[in-house]
Amino acid sequence: MSMNSQGRPTRIADNAATGGYADTFSGSRGLDQAEALIFERGATDRCGVDLPEPKGTALRMGGLERQGEIGLPGLSEPETMRHYVRLSRKNYAIDLGLYPLGSCTMKHNPRLNEKVARMPGFADVHPLQPASTVQGAYQLIGELGHWLMTLTGMPAVAMSPKAGAHGEFCGMLAIRAALDARGETNRRRVLVPESAHGTNPATAIQCGFTCDEIPADAGGRVDMEALKAKLGDDIAGIMLTNPNTCGLFERDIREIADLIHEAGGYFYCDGANFNAIVGRVRPGDLGVDAMHINLHKTFSTPHGGGGPGSGPTVLSEALAPFAPVPFVVQEGKSWKMVEQEEGEASESFGRMAAFHGQMGMFTRALTYMMSHGSDGLKQVANDAVLNANYILARLKHVMTPAFAGFCMHEALFDDRFLQGTGVSTLDFAKAMIDEGYHPMTMYFPLVVHGAMLIEPTETESREGLDRFIDTMEALAKAANGGETDRFLAAPVHAPTKRLDETRAARQPVLRWTAPMEDEPVAAE
Amino acid sequence: MRYLPHTDTDRKAMLETIGVSSFDELFTDVPEAARLDELIDLPTKQGELQVERALGAMAGQNVAAGSVPFFVGAGAYRHHIPATVDHLIQRSEFLTAYTPYQPEISQGTLQTLFEFQTQVALLTGMDVANASMYDGSTACAEAVMMAARVTRRDKAVMAGSVHPHYVAASQTLSKHSDVNITVTDPGNANLEDVLSAIDDTTACVVVQTPDIFGQLHDLRAISEAAHAKGALLIAVFTETVALGLMEAPGNMGADIAVGEGQSIGVGLNFGGPYVGLFACKNDRRFIRQMPGRLAGETVDADGRRGYVLTLSTREQHIRREKATSNICTNAGLCSLAFTVHMTLLGEKGLTNMARLSHEMACDLADRLGSIEGVNVETEAFFNEFTIRLPQPAVDVVDKLAASGVLAGVPASRLFPGQFEDLLIVAATETNTEEDLIIFEKALRGVLS
Repeated sequence: MSMNSQGRPTRIADNAATGGYADTFSGSRGLDQAEALIFERGATDRCGVDLPEPKGTALRMGGLERQGEIGLPGLSEPETMRHYVRLSRKNYAIDLGLYPLGSCTMKHNPRLNEKVARMPGFADVHPLQPASTVQGAYQLIGELGHWLMTLTGMPAVAMSPKAGAHGEFCGMLAIRAALDARGETNRRRVLVPESAHGTNPATAIQCGFTCDEIPADAGGRVDMEALKAKLGDDIAGIMLTNPNTCGLFERDIREIADLIHEAGGYFYCDGANFNAIVGRVRPGDLGVDAMHINLHKTFSTPHGGGGPGSGPTVLSEALAPFAPVPFVVQEGKSWKMVEQEEGEASESFGRMAAFHGQMGMFTRALTYMMSHGSDGLKQVANDAVLNANYILARLKHVMTPAFAGFCMHEALFDDRFLQGTGVSTLDFAKAMIDEGYHPMTMYFPLVVHGAMLIEPTETESREGLDRFIDTMEALAKAANGGETDRFLAAPVHAPTKRLDETRAARQPVLRWTAPMEDEPVAAE
Repeated sequence: MRYLPHTDTDRKAMLETIGVSSFDELFTDVPEAARLDELIDLPTKQGELQVERALGAMAGQNVAAGSVPFFVGAGAYRHHIPATVDHLIQRSEFLTAYTPYQPEISQGTLQTLFEFQTQVALLTGMDVANASMYDGSTACAEAVMMAARVTRRDKAVMAGSVHPHYVAASQTLSKHSDVNITVTDPGNANLEDVLSAIDDTTACVVVQTPDIFGQLHDLRAISEAAHAKGALLIAVFTETVALGLMEAPGNMGADIAVGEGQSIGVGLNFGGPYVGLFACKNDRRFIRQMPGRLAGETVDADGRRGYVLTLSTREQHIRREKATSNICTNAGLCSLAFTVHMTLLGEKGLTNMARLSHEMACDLADRLGSIEGVNVETEAFFNEFTIRLPQPAVDVVDKLAASGVLAGVPASRLFPGQFEDLLIVAATETNTEEDLIIFEKALRGVLS
């Protein structure tokens, strides 16, 4: 029996304990291959990188060198390749199929973007090189900023926020700084619709504000009477997503902006759903004071399993002076980076993170924008809205739309069509997995019971949408036809069955630990 | 447009199914005054060839680190990244997946995050780690806020030798909270004023090692002093490779360890995206107050091991205004790059890479220190140290850049108005002896 460095067998004796199947000897089933953790595979003296031998000269670390072992296993290159390729096959991905997560904008990620981001002049430059050696990098940031300001109709942009929530933080800090500069320290209340992303209230609190929820009206939009009743001289502003998380354009948005401004507050727009209106509507024309743009949504930088994001934030004239450092400025033919809170940045609210922002995302987003151009981007919004409405039109007879009328880029259904079937939104979602689809966003927004929020994006073909719609229709009929087991057992065709999330939270196991030395090794 | 599948025939048929005759009818909720009839004033669509040419020209204006003798560090380091790393992170299934909210079809991402968390915990000598933060600076800022929540105290003491961008990010995040940050004098290398600033109201002490000047610190005395007053020690690092050779923060009494993981697998990328590492003790109070996502082990309905995102009741999408942080995104793909590179290295490879970097820095310090008027200021260092020059460092760096050497970061770029004659210099295994010779010769030329 071969052993690894922990003295345990490398052959999987107890398949299920390491994630394998119990009904095959190997734990694998054909192309669905079992894959243990690297810690159960590797050895601390195994290495997939050939480095020169160190000379072994005396260390100059003041006696602070490590005393014990780290315990980090390594794998050779072929083992590493196989390990991660095998794991990758247990993931769903846009490149495999429709990924209709509402409010997440899972669109195709063009590979030209990846190629450009890897050009040595972008990928292999250091953020603190002398300005003379990175003029092209400064220019790229300036150029992307120009596109973002033009598309949104806003006069300023902060490029450094590292994700959408970081952009929200940026915008709300600018609002806080503007209020403080006005000496209005009483303005601490921020209005947030109850359909908002959770990041909105969390961000407002982080800026020292309190949150006041505005209810939605029967049509899924801001309840204007409730909004008016909440205005007062302690209002700092509003955080409003538009199109909102119900997939609807806030018709009264200009009146909302006017009311907030008249009350002395500022209008923060959550730009998560900008994909629906890019090229057709400029948020600057709607009275917005600040809006973050998720480059990983509208401008197609890859989601990468949960990041990295990038959240440049456009700002109105009123908020521009408070923008964070650093930012680029063009002087004649050359570019400079303003890094300190002095001179043109003397009113800046400060620095949000190290260096200058998510450059690797900037290169990808600008590549995407230049590829589309203003005409292509308008078509993006058109097709995104077209696809969502096509789904809504074709499914509204078998599923229950949450609200009447057309939607923007995402179609929202509730769970009324499942009433009395014994099938929940979660069960329905898991059955979609068995059909080869990633489920839609579930149970969000909170204003709708058992919400199912479907955002197809513009990069889906008509044939692909038809297949998806036919599947959804068949599932809805199956649920109503008493095929409850199909749903409750789902998924049965995924790499795992339903996972016990309660157990994970009650008995958290957040890392691998070596089995105790005296633990008996399971027999082969 | 090559990314849009519909033909005009498709569009027409779909509009018909919807029951409208034009796109405009789908946008009637937009106030009339805000509807754009014309195209926005930006260039129109272009093919791959044209876009690549234009952006290639922009990239060509930059001096790539790999094209010159390169010694720039101060929070971002150039290390060799095996070709396997970039291939794997470009696998469609990793690159184009979302956050693993549906665990049954996201085990690839989730198991990788579990491996990442374990690697980070082992490296830092801590019990647990999260699934990554935006970068080192925001990880540091979140750690300060977490320490205040855990201790229910409001005062943070930060050593002045913590990377100034990390200090600034922490000040920004805490600006509108009850937390007050005291920053000690960056010129005080021995951290005595950090020790004396700790009192009964202190939530945490934040110390970076190696610090922004490259100096290594023994954290044990500070840890004891902090713990004696009921405060936590937050250890910061900006060069993960150092952990291959230096004592782990967890073994020197740190309660929370945060740092930048960029030097493993991620590359320079002009400052981002990077990957923030965040690790802490396995204490219930700590874990409940941690920011960011966590992957955890569980079993499926057949009893097979699997992984899920867990303890999300800390997070904004559940807790909204009561969340521990507004963080939603992590550094997903960068944490995958980190994990793949670290797996290729293993302990042996990491230790070797660290030793090679340290030896390269030692040789460089000897060469630069031998120049008349140049003094190596840092006594104990890993792969970065500070030299005092007889001229302003900014001028020297510009002159060296003009002669094709990227020499380091003038301390005054990070501490405006201070340390004008100090230059922070880094070396790694990617440097060659020839690089060192060229740097030494060029610096002699500039100073003579």
